[in-house]
Amino acid sequence: MKAEDIWAMLEDVTDPEVPVLTVVDLGVVRDVQFVSKDHWKIIITPTYTGCPAMQVIEEDIKARLAKENITVDVELVLSPAWTTDWLSQDGRRKLEEYGITPPQDEGDKSVLFGKKPVIPCPLCKSKNTRLISQFGSTACKAHYQCNDCQEPFDYFKCLK
Amino acid sequence: MTKQEALFEFLLRKADDSLILGHRLSEWCGHGPILEEDIALTNISLDLIGQATELYKYAAEVEDKGRTEDDLAFLRIEREYKNVLLVEQLNGDFGKTIVRQFFFDHFEHLLYEGLMNSKDERISAIATKTIKEVKYHLRHSSEWIIRLGDGTEESHDRVQASVKDLSRFINELFYQDEVEEILIKEGIIPDVKEFRVAFENNIEKILEEATLKLPEEKWQLTGGRKGVHSEHLGYLLAELQYMQRTYPGMEW
Repeated sequence: MKAEDIWAMLEDVTDPEVPVLTVVDLGVVRDVQFVSKDHWKIIITPTYTGCPAMQVIEEDIKARLAKENITVDVELVLSPAWTTDWLSQDGRRKLEEYGITPPQDEGDKSVLFGKKPVIPCPLCKSKNTRLISQFGSTACKAHYQCNDCQEPFDYFKCLK
Repeated sequence: MTKQEALFEFLLRKADDSLILGHRLSEWCGHGPILEEDIALTNISLDLIGQATELYKYAAEVEDKGRTEDDLAFLRIEREYKNVLLVEQLNGDFGKTIVRQFFFDHFEHLLYEGLMNSKDERISAIATKTIKEVKYHLRHSSEWIIRLGDGTEESHDRVQASVKDLSRFINELFYQDEVEEILIKEGIIPDVKEFRVAFENNIEKILEEATLKLPEEKWQLTGGRKGVHSEHLGYLLAELQYMQRTYPGMEW
């Protein structure tokens, strides 16, 4: 059993709130370390400190590897802090197909009243959209609406 | 006081700030003025409780007496909570909740920016994580201050009354005693006195845009860091601790 095999198994573990993304796409799995035969250590990091999905993710990882008779220790680390830059290209594409706009480069990161980023609609692709709320259905998403097709949608907000 | 004792006390103070405010905000669940704000306030609550969890975990390790983060959060008596008085104040109307958050977010933003450079790696890691969340909170409360202050006569008057009421608790955010002195000397925490002016400039700039004013009167309340609280905390703790007190060790 090699680390690549473990990574491949982790591709089957999805985020409980955004089921199109695997924990690997999301960048939540930081490292896979060999401990002893059939025993590995998986390092994960939370997207947000209060993310309630972390415990589920931990359990899902253990359950997936248990199918191959592998036991794991899951360690949660905070540093380096998770950023949306770790979301894979594949993950971004899957998000958009699922109807969630992936994080856009928001340019100037000024905290307050910075230039408003352009967040395209994941359905009709229009750039004419408006922010409804910075806080959406989960900690990692903001709530937008398209001014052209009128569809409300989630935006996976940029965290750097 | 040893460095270890000071570190434990500091972590407890900051964890209690986040837990108590997080709990207060959770009281908005199902009661927000609009659905989006119901979700926003509870999202912020979740961030705060997440931050508190990290701080309590570290505090428990530093203390090294076999207590867990849950013991610290749920099983202390009122006098052992060290949060500032601001965070335990009642939600009031939506505007009052926003004013309380506005003062808190601006302070937290400066504090956690400083803590990112802490010589204590664990604190620096928690701060680097936390600051990203605080930036969103800060933008949320500041935008609402402007919208409410510069809104209708009714919203202006109400939010102005809350600014007057809650500004009595600002000084305590900058409270320092032996605990902070030891940690500043060790390079573990920044000296908050150094960013008092920046804090005031930041909030005054936004209040001005919101056509709001800080009151002339400078009378301030304090006590939370020593465990001397306003009457509101006891009721909050009764609800917070109810399950663990009634069914000790309960889990789900």
